[in-house]
Amino acid sequence: MIQADLNVILPEIVISVYAMLALLGAVYTGKDRLSGALTWLTAAVMALVAMWIALSGQGTNVAFGGMFHDDGFARFAKVTILLSGAVVLVMSQDYMARRGLARFEYPVLVALATVGMMVMVSAGDLIALYMGLELQSLALYVIAAFRRDSVKSTEAGLKYFVLGALSSGLLLYGASLVYGFAGTTLFSGIIATAGEGYTPLGLLFGLSFMVAGLAFKISAVPFHMWTPDVYEGAPTPVTAFFATAPKVAAMGLFARVLHDAFGGVSHDWGQIIAMLSVLSMFLGAVAAIGQTNIKRLMAFSSIAHMGYAMIGLAAGTALGVQSMLTYMAIYVTMNIGTFAFILAMEKDGQPVTDISALNLYAKREPARALALLVLLFSLAGVPPMLGFFAKLGVWQAALEVDMVWLVVASAVASAIGAFYYLRIVFFMYFGAEGETLQTARAPVLWVCLMGSALVMVVGVVNMFGLGSVAAAAAATLVN
Amino acid sequence: MSVVALAFYLFAICVIAGGLMTVISRNPVHSVLWLILAFLSSAGLFVLLGAEFVAMLLIIVYVGAVAVLFLFVVMMLDVDFAELKAEMAKYMPLALLIGLVLLMQFGMAYGSWEITDSARAARGAVTPDQLENTAALGMLLYDQYFLAFQLSGLILLVAMIGAIVLTLRHRTDVKRQDILAQIYRDPAKAMELRDVKPGQGL
Repeated sequence: MIQADLNVILPEIVISVYAMLALLGAVYTGKDRLSGALTWLTAAVMALVAMWIALSGQGTNVAFGGMFHDDGFARFAKVTILLSGAVVLVMSQDYMARRGLARFEYPVLVALATVGMMVMVSAGDLIALYMGLELQSLALYVIAAFRRDSVKSTEAGLKYFVLGALSSGLLLYGASLVYGFAGTTLFSGIIATAGEGYTPLGLLFGLSFMVAGLAFKISAVPFHMWTPDVYEGAPTPVTAFFATAPKVAAMGLFARVLHDAFGGVSHDWGQIIAMLSVLSMFLGAVAAIGQTNIKRLMAFSSIAHMGYAMIGLAAGTALGVQSMLTYMAIYVTMNIGTFAFILAMEKDGQPVTDISALNLYAKREPARALALLVLLFSLAGVPPMLGFFAKLGVWQAALEVDMVWLVVASAVASAIGAFYYLRIVFFMYFGAEGETLQTARAPVLWVCLMGSALVMVVGVVNMFGLGSVAAAAAATLVN
Repeated sequence: MSVVALAFYLFAICVIAGGLMTVISRNPVHSVLWLILAFLSSAGLFVLLGAEFVAMLLIIVYVGAVAVLFLFVVMMLDVDFAELKAEMAKYMPLALLIGLVLLMQFGMAYGSWEITDSARAARGAVTPDQLENTAALGMLLYDQYFLAFQLSGLILLVAMIGAIVLTLRHRTDVKRQDILAQIYRDPAKAMELRDVKPGQGL
């Protein structure tokens, strides 16, 4: 029996064992001198495991008495998490080396965080959920404070840690109330007791607390206050990581808890999610207008995007989950490209994050400026780009269940939000003469930027078949 | 009132009083001592529930290790607690208001508390019959919750890596003892014997 269970979690075991071997190997041999090679190796392992999961996984496998679910939904999320994690690792290598942050623990911590995320999206039990979440969060707190000589980075790590602990407390309190009601921590047991569409007050309390704790992890308003400071303070490659893989994992976990454990009472959580979604979209759009630091701007942008992705969740249908998965995959691709650009921004060898430095950038580097333009249009949701189709997907899901007001609200928020993306484009093409920005000559960053921009344009044709894969994945979760 | 009920109310009141005093006592060292009272009383509650092993664990780990560590940290850190308290007093009215609202909501939630019929059955079957506490816990931990157990091991590994990454510094400006270098030092090279003639010096 244990043999079959272990077979199901084999991808997680492979990555954890790799992380431990890499740690031991690096400690006893070259230490920080190995960090470059280790970063590439970790990325390669993560990419290979992603391929393996994508190609070999089939059916729904349940392990450890229902604690761990390996189904189409989990596999979709895992492949997205692993690939984005691998790309961000490769992108960060050059930056870390040049800023004196090349430490071998970084790829190891990222690999362990990834294991946590993989457990999160496959969790079938409140205990497995919490374990995966903490494994991920703890590794993220450490890499947020990775530049330990910088006050901002340390502050980012500490702020993230304290508020993260608070949110874990909320989540655990909710989980204990749910356990108190259902008598079991297994999702299958919870849905059996809460599946008749009748919610006693105690269960509703537990559900609300758990949603609050999870909303913190995806930085949905009003649990977003940590995001701008952490994004700004953490080293830029770490920020790029925060904006991609953990968001997919937290969103996946959110969908899994709501559908697997509370699928029977979707009208109860649907309104909470819809509220969180509207607040996130508007705050993300309005608060970003005053920002001049591009990392803070991306933080508010990610808050807004989580709001759009939550529209899919709020719908509470298979189409909703499908559109959410598609949205997250596209969002991650856009963010990888944008951060590839931000990582290359520098002046006299020092990183720059002020958007006024982009003045007339298009005159000097037309190709890069064009790629960034495509990505920003896509982030804003301007029609010909892939980002628009991501939004269209969640709107269709919302319209299917007659949530017209949510669609109207998100269209308004999207129009407001377009302002700050387009302002960057304005700076690049028509800005004032001024200080000049150089971009680092890193081929990896160039490839990521151009590749991501190309995907935004070419993907319009058929989204690379993403829609049907996401539909199959969503069908395994909602039934 | 039976002895068990009496003991329950005694321990429960002690836990609440200990928790409250931890938060409001002026001296941080007293806070830690109140915290220890809360831990000890919760251990008593566990004994009443029949979970002796967890009760002993609470005393050994929390009272014995964690609380003592807290005490050290509180005594060693140079934090002006009076200032922190003053800062806190500024937000006190708002905090009290929110606390009151939450308390009322919880009152409502617990007042109409219901559990499903299956919950009672599911919870009753946690410990198998004719198996004492420690053995039952071991069965759960290493069998049913094997995955969670291994994952907590990984979490501890991350905590260890994190502590080292964030605090270990290799200082280059201090002299370190290199034992091998000392052992392999050649006496012939380290010192020189000179024959000093009387009255002449070197």
